[in-house]
Amino acid sequence: MDQLLQHLLNGLLLGATYSLLGIGLTLVFGLMNVVNFAHGEFYTLGAYAAFAVLTLASVNFFLAIPLAIAAGALVGAVCERGLLRPLRAQSIDTVMLVMIGLWIAMQNAELLGWGGVAKSVPTPFTTEPLVLGAVSVAPLRIFVFTVSGLLILGAHLLLARTKLGRAMRATFQDRETAALMGVSIERIHTITFAFGAGLAAGAGALLGPVFLLYPSMGDLASLKAFSVVILGGLGNFGGAALGGLVLGIAEELGAGYVSSGYRDAVGFLMIVAVLLLRPSGLFARAERVG
Amino acid sequence: MKQATRALFTVFVTLATAVTLAAPAPAQETVKVGVIQPLSGPVAASGNYVRMGAEIGRDWINARGGVLGRKVELLIEDNKSDPKEAATAAEKLIVRDKVPVIVGAWGSSMTLAAMPKLEEYGVPMVVETSSAATITKRGNPWVFRISPPSEMEALGLEKYLRDLGIKQADFLAVNTDWGRGAVGAFGDVLKRSGAQVGTAEFMEQAATDMNAQITKVKAGGGDTLFLTTSVEQITLVLKQAQEQRLTRKIITTGGSSSPSQLIKQAGAAAEGTYHILFFLPWFPEAMPDGRLAKAFVDEWAKRGHPFEGLTEGFRGHDGVLTAVEAIRIAGKPDPKAVREALWQVSVMGVNGPIKFEKDGPAGKESGQSKPSIFIVQVKDGKIALPEFAAKR
Repeated sequence: MDQLLQHLLNGLLLGATYSLLGIGLTLVFGLMNVVNFAHGEFYTLGAYAAFAVLTLASVNFFLAIPLAIAAGALVGAVCERGLLRPLRAQSIDTVMLVMIGLWIAMQNAELLGWGGVAKSVPTPFTTEPLVLGAVSVAPLRIFVFTVSGLLILGAHLLLARTKLGRAMRATFQDRETAALMGVSIERIHTITFAFGAGLAAGAGALLGPVFLLYPSMGDLASLKAFSVVILGGLGNFGGAALGGLVLGIAEELGAGYVSSGYRDAVGFLMIVAVLLLRPSGLFARAERVG
Repeated sequence: MKQATRALFTVFVTLATAVTLAAPAPAQETVKVGVIQPLSGPVAASGNYVRMGAEIGRDWINARGGVLGRKVELLIEDNKSDPKEAATAAEKLIVRDKVPVIVGAWGSSMTLAAMPKLEEYGVPMVVETSSAATITKRGNPWVFRISPPSEMEALGLEKYLRDLGIKQADFLAVNTDWGRGAVGAFGDVLKRSGAQVGTAEFMEQAATDMNAQITKVKAGGGDTLFLTTSVEQITLVLKQAQEQRLTRKIITTGGSSSPSQLIKQAGAAAEGTYHILFFLPWFPEAMPDGRLAKAFVDEWAKRGHPFEGLTEGFRGHDGVLTAVEAIRIAGKPDPKAVREALWQVSVMGVNGPIKFEKDGPAGKESGQSKPSIFIVQVKDGKIALPEFAAKR
């Protein structure tokens, strides 16, 4: 029983990180119809940006996270203006190839800039775990869990309740009509992509201190993000959040009670099952955005 | 469409230029040695340290006048921590660069993937890190290993088992040939000595969250955890084990744990852990050739390489030393002659004497050297020889 509780807690904490990875991708993928292969690289960028301001500029840890998000959003905006805008009229395949190129270029730039040796990010949190009865958890993980939840909620509110969010949704549903209504289409494209990139960078800044930083860290993050988006349904925010939790808990229980060697396989088997039985995602409603 | 065609054309021209520019300059008077290491990907840190050590080996040999009157040149390829890439790198070094001998390829799965290429083209490889037993048991006569297989490591630990007081041991290992091989090898030695073997858990090479495995190990109730993986994952496991209050004696195997890096990155979580190593840069005088070991540590520092890389870096030095000595004995940089010569190599490396004995099926034996094996412990944030090991 103690073991099950600890597994569920582990799964929940891990799942929240997957949700956070998934929402940025689902936004860009679901709204803009851009398969962002470089999503994981924005995650890596956020982690290294936080590391840089923490160790080189000795900025406060809590300030490093918004700075990393800003760095991610800025680079995202530049990529949108430089790469995606000229390709607006091209097919999704062309854009996909360009994104793969961006992924490779960014990863190698990180390798060149930071070297291959893993780095660890210092945090103000104690490494002594909090003991809650039979289970224990690190204070840093609770902080990450809370901030992830707030970021997901904030992103959802921005999209659903604000004028900017309405303009975003309108643009990707029908760009001509949105333009006629006075929405600045080009600006919305840039903002949406920068928003997605910023969320990925935020995930990196939060998870970097939990794990380790190395240039290829984004590959695993991308893989999990795509899994979450498929589970939750394209462009479905709540779906991505729940999908992340479901994936985290499934992996954890699979590793705990089936076989740890097949941990990732458990997650992917679940995705195959979802694709076969509910191809539009586990939590898809009749209608979805995008 | 027109745009796409133009883009493709640009890609083609770029690639063509890159290939032309990268083509080797004609007939330099150097002796080439191929090196395959993971310079990027999840285990890149280790691969880069081995590369740095190999470069020291090369520079020292060249300072002594090189080999066969020529300078030694290293052709270093990145296997990206990926077995498929290791095979590609081996083929590239053999077919395009025509190296007479290769040093590589760090991970057992990477080495195993490169091995069929050695046999196909007939080029020998000095294996500097890989631990899986199968490497020298498969009947590939082009393989010469200077690192200990897990079996040899486990036997090296056997004499300390009573001092360590292991009653029941669990395993957590990377899900590769190396990890799975180590679980078998250490399990056998433990069983023979009367200890119980509990659960064996595995993790993917790039995995970062090992909480599920740790929870499972914790429920098992052993007193010792054997940990076999790269330093990056060891760091994460130690931190996550601390979060879950896993109170076990932790022993890392394979020699790639870089305890100094663990102290830096895992902090208090590394306290008390034991590490099986093949080089003691903290106590170079305790090595078989103390002067050589000291010189290597000094040279490493002079080049500004991080101290924590030394436990991995010496492998590169010893690998290049072995390969070049074989070329010297062969008298020509010819793969077949170098393979014959490898059987006669007898040199002193940073780890100790290197000399190959036959291993594997009769008639197709691989070479296996008998390296020195050590154990250290993290005590008060420093590396120490455990009392029982210091006495002997």
